[in-house]
Amino acid sequence: MKQQPFDEIWGTGSAQSSRPEFAGLAKWLSETPRAELDRRQKSAEATFRQLGITFAVYGDEESAERIIPFDIVPRMFTRSEWDKLSAGIVQRVEALNAFLDDIYGARRILNEKTQIIPPELILANPQFRGEIVGSRPPHGIWSHICGIDLVRTGPGEFFVLEDNARTPSGVSYMLENREAMIRLCPELFRNYNVQHVDSYGDSLLQTLRSVAPAGAGSDPVCVILTPGRFNSAYYEHSFLADSLGIELVEAADLEVDDDIVWMRTITGRVRVDVIYRRIDDDYIDPLVFRPDSMLGVPGLIAAYRAGKVAIVNAPGTGIADDKAVYSYMPEIVKYYAGGEPMLPIVETWRCREPQALKYVLDNLAELVVKLVDGSGGYGMLVGPTASKKEIEDFRAALVAEPHRYIAQPTLALSTVPTLVESGVAPRHVDFRPFVLSGTNGVKVVPGGLTRVALREGSLVVNSSQGGGTKDSFVLMDEGDAV
Amino acid sequence: MLSRTAASLYWMGRYVERAEFTARLVEATVRLDALSSRPAGEAAWASALAVIEAEAAFKATGEKLTPKNVARFLTLSNAHRGSVVSCLDLARGNAKAVRTALSRDAWATINRAWLLFNGRTSPGDTQATLTLMEQAQNETRGFEGAIGRMLRNPASWLIRLGATIERADNTARLIDVKYHILLPEGERVGGAVDRDQWTTILQTLAAVNAYRWLYREGLEAKSVAELLILRRELPRSLAASAEEVVLHLNALGKQTGFQGEADRLARLRHARLGETKIEAVIKGGLHQFVETFIEENAALDQAISKQFRFL
Repeated sequence: MKQQPFDEIWGTGSAQSSRPEFAGLAKWLSETPRAELDRRQKSAEATFRQLGITFAVYGDEESAERIIPFDIVPRMFTRSEWDKLSAGIVQRVEALNAFLDDIYGARRILNEKTQIIPPELILANPQFRGEIVGSRPPHGIWSHICGIDLVRTGPGEFFVLEDNARTPSGVSYMLENREAMIRLCPELFRNYNVQHVDSYGDSLLQTLRSVAPAGAGSDPVCVILTPGRFNSAYYEHSFLADSLGIELVEAADLEVDDDIVWMRTITGRVRVDVIYRRIDDDYIDPLVFRPDSMLGVPGLIAAYRAGKVAIVNAPGTGIADDKAVYSYMPEIVKYYAGGEPMLPIVETWRCREPQALKYVLDNLAELVVKLVDGSGGYGMLVGPTASKKEIEDFRAALVAEPHRYIAQPTLALSTVPTLVESGVAPRHVDFRPFVLSGTNGVKVVPGGLTRVALREGSLVVNSSQGGGTKDSFVLMDEGDAV
Repeated sequence: MLSRTAASLYWMGRYVERAEFTARLVEATVRLDALSSRPAGEAAWASALAVIEAEAAFKATGEKLTPKNVARFLTLSNAHRGSVVSCLDLARGNAKAVRTALSRDAWATINRAWLLFNGRTSPGDTQATLTLMEQAQNETRGFEGAIGRMLRNPASWLIRLGATIERADNTARLIDVKYHILLPEGERVGGAVDRDQWTTILQTLAAVNAYRWLYREGLEAKSVAELLILRRELPRSLAASAEEVVLHLNALGKQTGFQGEADRLARLRHARLGETKIEAVIKGGLHQFVETFIEENAALDQAISKQFRFL
């Protein structure tokens, strides 16, 4: 009775037949000996280990550094699939930026008589930063780097699962996975025209340079601000700084003097114009946000407000990817784009609304319930796979603080053939493309990070929960060339 | 370049060099131990501890002074900051903090060296210990090679500067070991044991063949001392290290437009070594000479930290 989920390569058919566009990949999979696939996969993981492409797992002293499992079977997009998808992504990110510019400025959307969004949902939200109201980032761009999490349930059915408008990570895996694939499976690139992802570094640098504040001169100094080498995404921070050829700084390397940000170098101070920060708002400036934070730079927000430095992403963008705001995204896109949203969201019940709460409580076993401010697979209930006790514990939490939760149906996430112990078998995936917004427009790099749940049937793809990654091919033409 | 980055690069250079030196020291001690009759063998391990001033630290472990225990202490002890594994750990920590200033190759070699030791609990028998020390040296050589292929920019000069300062310190300590190892009773200066000890020192510095090329009249303490202290042809000699420090500081000065007290001290030391004769060194006392050198080297290290705002 249970329907097979849609498979990106095999389609809705059985594993023996594939979508016609990807017959070549299916053939490659069936003709390459298992031992050979294993060998290549091991070789990729050895390289990742050797290069230290790792992420840190908090509270896990034993294996403080892990590599994310890499799967050698790519997921693929045909050109028309991708063009449609990326148009939807651009529309969404433009709307996100317009929304941010509006709620920290004129607040048109909150003042509409039609009450598109309840104002208290924004103004009383902890992600709404009152501290920066009235200060506009240079050029009015707020979320310069967005990671839009997408899932697919059928041939044409893509849904946005989450907007990551603060400090999305994973782009280094997109680039490293591609490097590994080119080295290990060159024949796939000969048979398919795959669009390049390695322009990402150049595009990111252009984006950073383009949003430098007025007065920065023709060669603005851009830096990446990291919490340091114990942060889980530290590898990515250093990888990006290296690819861009800019300094990777920690808070202690910066000082603010008379609203100007300087970095301490061996030959004295150098003025900083653009900071791509990978530190959350809460920790960025102890004078404005959390005073106990050692990660921040005192005076940074004052410098930002004075228009002397650009912060990427701008402080306050967290409100745009808040899970409670998510459910209003169709209205938000419509309001700013003036047309229908091309990318739908997953049906969402806001537990703060009594009727929705009732529905959620009545159907807990079928739903996914998430903490509004949770991330990384923490603080969520996956009804269909949860134990009775987990469900009852969640029910109590929901009744106590309903406003902290949203709920969504469990989706039949698409699968991609994946190399597992028993052979090549379908595993559920999601997808995170990376979107850059600068004064030169909004760009989606043709590719992204495909995360895969390695356990059979599991829907949890987070790396902190044992998920892996795959390369994502965006083809230049419709599909199979073999 | 960030001041923090500069400090990490410099210390990374020092720690990799220290790891290699300790590995060589263990190798040489194994040899000395094998050549000596008991209980002189154990004296060799005691002197290895003396070279790196780790007698007290070893005593604190409460372990008996046996070849096996000292070998493990010098190679794999996490508690001892000077062990090979600790040095590699510290080097890797610094490398990770400044990964962007390193080439991919340089980072990969240091990471690989660390992986070689990480999680090991025993160096194994003598044969296995020697193999492990050899591997460690292979990795550190790989690191040096990778540094040589990096952009010739301040980052690479700072790494070399750290390595060179460390090397000067290590060589000086090694020369001093002859002061710490007493000849067993009945052995005469210039006798077989004395020769073994000098040969071992040369071996620790990979300088046995170099000695043969430069000195035709056989092994003599005075000549060994001259080679290790004054001959610039030997890359690990004090004079060569002193010269290299001047060059690295010069290169840094040219690229950053920045010179200071460290340059002055380095040039002074270099010039003085150039005028020194080995007879004068021996007359004044080899141990005193080496001690003064180690102190000056430490002062130079301090001047470098200050000049490049490490603190």
